[in-house]
Amino acid sequence: MRRNWWKVLCTVLIFYTLIGGLLFEVPHKKILNETIRNIYFHVPMWFGMMVLFTTSIVYSIRYLRKPDLVLDIHAAAYARTGMIFGILGLVTGAMWANYTWGKAWSNDIKQIGAAMALLIYGAYFVLRNSITDIDKRAKVGAVYNIFAYAMLFPALWIVPRLVESLHPGGAGNPGADPRDMDARMRFIFWLGAVPGFILLGLWMTNLIIRYRKIEDKNLLHG
Amino acid sequence: MRQEAIIRHILTLLKKDILLEFRQQYTFYGVLLYIASTIFVLYLALQQPDSTVWNGLFWMIQLFICVNAVAKSFLQETRGRMLYFYSISGAQQFIIAKLLYNTFIMLIMSVISLALFRALLGNPLLHFWQFTGIVCLGSVSLSLVFTMLAAIAAKAQQQASLMAIMGFPIIIPQLLLLMRISKAGMGEIFQAGALSDLVWLLCGLDVLVMVMAVILFPFLWRD
Repeated sequence: MRRNWWKVLCTVLIFYTLIGGLLFEVPHKKILNETIRNIYFHVPMWFGMMVLFTTSIVYSIRYLRKPDLVLDIHAAAYARTGMIFGILGLVTGAMWANYTWGKAWSNDIKQIGAAMALLIYGAYFVLRNSITDIDKRAKVGAVYNIFAYAMLFPALWIVPRLVESLHPGGAGNPGADPRDMDARMRFIFWLGAVPGFILLGLWMTNLIIRYRKIEDKNLLHG
Repeated sequence: MRQEAIIRHILTLLKKDILLEFRQQYTFYGVLLYIASTIFVLYLALQQPDSTVWNGLFWMIQLFICVNAVAKSFLQETRGRMLYFYSISGAQQFIIAKLLYNTFIMLIMSVISLALFRALLGNPLLHFWQFTGIVCLGSVSLSLVFTMLAAIAAKAQQQASLMAIMGFPIIIPQLLLLMRISKAGMGEIFQAGALSDLVWLLCGLDVLVMVMAVILFPFLWRD
């Protein structure tokens, strides 16, 4: 229980987000209306993705400093759940855009950025699978992971600030627009949705890592 | 003294690459022929496209030229030869020499393809020299990124195809920025300061790529 308190916390937060996000009162904005609830589910995906990809990088750097296959398993697992979050973020965003912008894909700079991130991490897994030697796979994978992250994240953080975007809160700030959320929404968003989904991502990764460790038992200890 | 030795190593490696290029001219002419034939096919297909199409095609062709020109830089180094370089110089000197050499080759190729584009596909450029400057900046950016990717792909044995898979998503931000600022050469007016901001951002990314290459290549090199 002492080690697993965060799983309980995660479950509570997710249920709080689901119930609060779908049932509680929200401000009625033009065009947005009830679709504003999507902010509880769409935006935390990006927070989760950033956290997971960043954690993956940390493990890749640690692998290069001290080659240990467990670290490589961690790096790949975090990248994998990061991708799941990215895909979900893209899908929830496209569904929402279908109702508010009129079409699912409108070449918005942030849609391009998200698609780019998914392609890059897709390439990461293709690269890993193309190498059969385990140690070499871990090393080359780590190098590509770090390089791709270093190329991708400045682009994700800087470019949206330079060009116009359809996203709410555009005009210089690619994040959530604080004016669109009232106090109660902000409470659910920052205290429920964001930490809840990040913890869920960590939990999922944790399961993948444990599974991989059992699968590769012979490699890790033999 | 030590600094001098590093620079001497880099220059020697650079000289060796250029010498090799002169001795085995088929690769250089191969890429040249690739440029000429692709642009000729484009000319047959489109004759004189409008400036947006011209711009998009130009940068896509740069991308493919870069993959072709840079891919061989690590392919030609056999395992034995890598071992030899390992014993006489450091990983950092080796990658810096490769970066410099590929940038140099790519600059030549870009300028040639610009001339061919202008000759065959028409000339939508209002500020030719400004556009040439952007092309040079772009070719430096492309060649730096693809040199690093070629080094990674060389370790995975499946050079060209893997390079395209890894490289195209990574290069998107730079390519978007380049296509954007190219429009300045076609007469689009930017907000005050916006153009120089974008140029500085590209330069910053180039510096970042170089730093990453110098830091990360030693890990790839050790085997």
